[in-house]
Amino acid sequence: MADLSLSNVRKAFGAFNVLHGIDLKIEDGEFVVFVGPSGCGKSTLLRAIAGLEDISGGDIRIGGEIVNHVPPAERQIAMVFQSYALYPHMDVYTNMAFGLKFAKIPKDEIDRRVRKAASILKLDAVLDRKPGALSGGQRQRVAIGRAIVRQPKVFLFDEPLSNLDAALRVNTRIEIAKLHRELGATMIYVTHDQVEAMTLADKIVVLNAGRIEQVGTPLDLYHAPANLFVAGFIGSPAMNLMEARVIALENGHLKLSVGEQHISLPYSGAPVAPGATVTVGIRPEHWIPGDGPSVKIEGTVDLVEHLGETSIVYLRLADGQMITVRYPGDIFCTAGDRFVADAPAAAVHLFDAAGQAMLGRRSGPAYGILGQEFRAR
Amino acid sequence: MMAETAPQSSWVKRIEPWLLLAPMLIVLATVTAWPLARTAYLSFMHASLDDGDLPRFIGFGNYLALMKDGDWWHAVRNTAFFAVISVTLETLAGVAIALLIDSQIKGRGALRAVMLIPWAIPTVVSAQMWQWMLHDQYGVVNALLIKLGFISHGIAWTAGAGTAMAAIIAVDVWQTTPFMVLLILAGLQIIPRDLYEAAKVDGAPGWAQFFYITLPLLWPTLAVAILFRLLDAVRMFDLAYVLSSKSRETATISIYARQQLVDFQDVGYGSAVAMLVFLMISLVAAVYIQVTKIRLISE
Repeated sequence: MADLSLSNVRKAFGAFNVLHGIDLKIEDGEFVVFVGPSGCGKSTLLRAIAGLEDISGGDIRIGGEIVNHVPPAERQIAMVFQSYALYPHMDVYTNMAFGLKFAKIPKDEIDRRVRKAASILKLDAVLDRKPGALSGGQRQRVAIGRAIVRQPKVFLFDEPLSNLDAALRVNTRIEIAKLHRELGATMIYVTHDQVEAMTLADKIVVLNAGRIEQVGTPLDLYHAPANLFVAGFIGSPAMNLMEARVIALENGHLKLSVGEQHISLPYSGAPVAPGATVTVGIRPEHWIPGDGPSVKIEGTVDLVEHLGETSIVYLRLADGQMITVRYPGDIFCTAGDRFVADAPAAAVHLFDAAGQAMLGRRSGPAYGILGQEFRAR
Repeated sequence: MMAETAPQSSWVKRIEPWLLLAPMLIVLATVTAWPLARTAYLSFMHASLDDGDLPRFIGFGNYLALMKDGDWWHAVRNTAFFAVISVTLETLAGVAIALLIDSQIKGRGALRAVMLIPWAIPTVVSAQMWQWMLHDQYGVVNALLIKLGFISHGIAWTAGAGTAMAAIIAVDVWQTTPFMVLLILAGLQIIPRDLYEAAKVDGAPGWAQFFYITLPLLWPTLAVAILFRLLDAVRMFDLAYVLSSKSRETATISIYARQQLVDFQDVGYGSAVAMLVFLMISLVAAVYIQVTKIRLISE
């Protein structure tokens, strides 16, 4: 087990910079997820930690030791590849035992470890099969088994679920979470799927264009996105981001013009000049009328989607901006209807012209109530 | 309507595949089956253009004579020696060069193009070219070796008893290694790169990556490449014919067959030799496919 720290890690392919000075601290036993759009550098960062990619600058420390020039096998890491990278000509047992052979581990110890991993992963019955004769989920588990038997300090997962079908993906996600609890090992997991990120992570690292946008717990990122990128990236359907103009700041309230309508928000942050452009962010699921001060925006219904457990309404504002409203259960309206969307002011995010958050942690309408109710039982 | 056309269409259906196959079957029959049958027939005859006798059936006479023919067995030994040594060298050189080109070295595109040149030259042309290069008085090889001080006077490479076969093997390796490289390279490039990354994480050193990953995954390709080369080598004719003419030291079974058929005009005996060449090539292919368990046709 080990902690891991990255300081000013840079990576360039020729003149093209992929990572621009990444600083990150990962605690022992933490489950950290790197998430970001494709091309953001998350896989490169993982491969740099694995030692499969040389870094152009900075330091990588595993368990306090600088490993910049240590070969992958000696970094005490194990990696699960997106394609699984199982050796197609070796059976499951040999696939898992392959790495141990070179670590000069006695045969009976190798056997013990492989059989233990196989029983954890329910692979006992297929130990003598070749990868070609396994299902996608089994291959995935062999890849994880190959990592487990190395007893690494750090597990690295590179989009491990992307080749599985939806149902299997949910199952395997739960298996990986369980595995983390059982082994207590440090795990770093790369994905572009925010559901995986939200469900698995102790800590999410949001990457964009080779830079860290924000590091935090899943709920931190959800309730207190530091900037527009994180706000738009975390959450599905994505947060509504509406262009707005500051009209005035008076009596602790910020008056804004959004889509040719006026809204008013309690505000106690740094002064803002009238006329400044800001972005108002409201999550689709937060358009639920509450008791406190609220923000109302009127529009015309463009389309309604009935998903059963929720209904999604697409509203067109007077200036053409679209907003998405998600209600629990059914909603009865049709295209062309006038519609007033109503959200508690406490759920409204605000970003300045540079895209930085202007308000602190926000809370959705149902969050606090439900959270406490369950805790009381 | 349906009832009227049904008998006709079923008749057409039955005949149609044969009509479509006919051109190929006719070509195969005329250029392969007929000559083979004719050769087989002649191999059981005493048929010489020399003595003016009419051909007559002599059963296995030609084959029995062949079994006692020292020159024939010498040709068999030559052919086997040539095939084993040249294919071995070509395989080793082919794997080495293919690995080099497959790695990310600079100018590998140019290297690949240049490398193919020997293979693109017709064998007779390159054999003649090497004949001159290996010439004992005017050849560039001798000139170079003398200049470098390895030898004091020119060696008749293609005429000497000890050197002729070595020269033929060297030229064959020079000429056909590119073919091996090309096939092996294709085999190397279908091995997924992330297997090597997994092996690196697993701590497998370079040699282990080669023996545990590259070689087993390359084997299906390699086996087919070796088979192609082996069959080529067993029926080798042109190289030895041009380089050392009809020397007994280098005559292959194909050269021996031609000698009997054309030079000695012994059609019966020559046909028996040709049949044995055919049978030997078939045998080599059959045994090889059995042993290596390669699949030439995917299932």
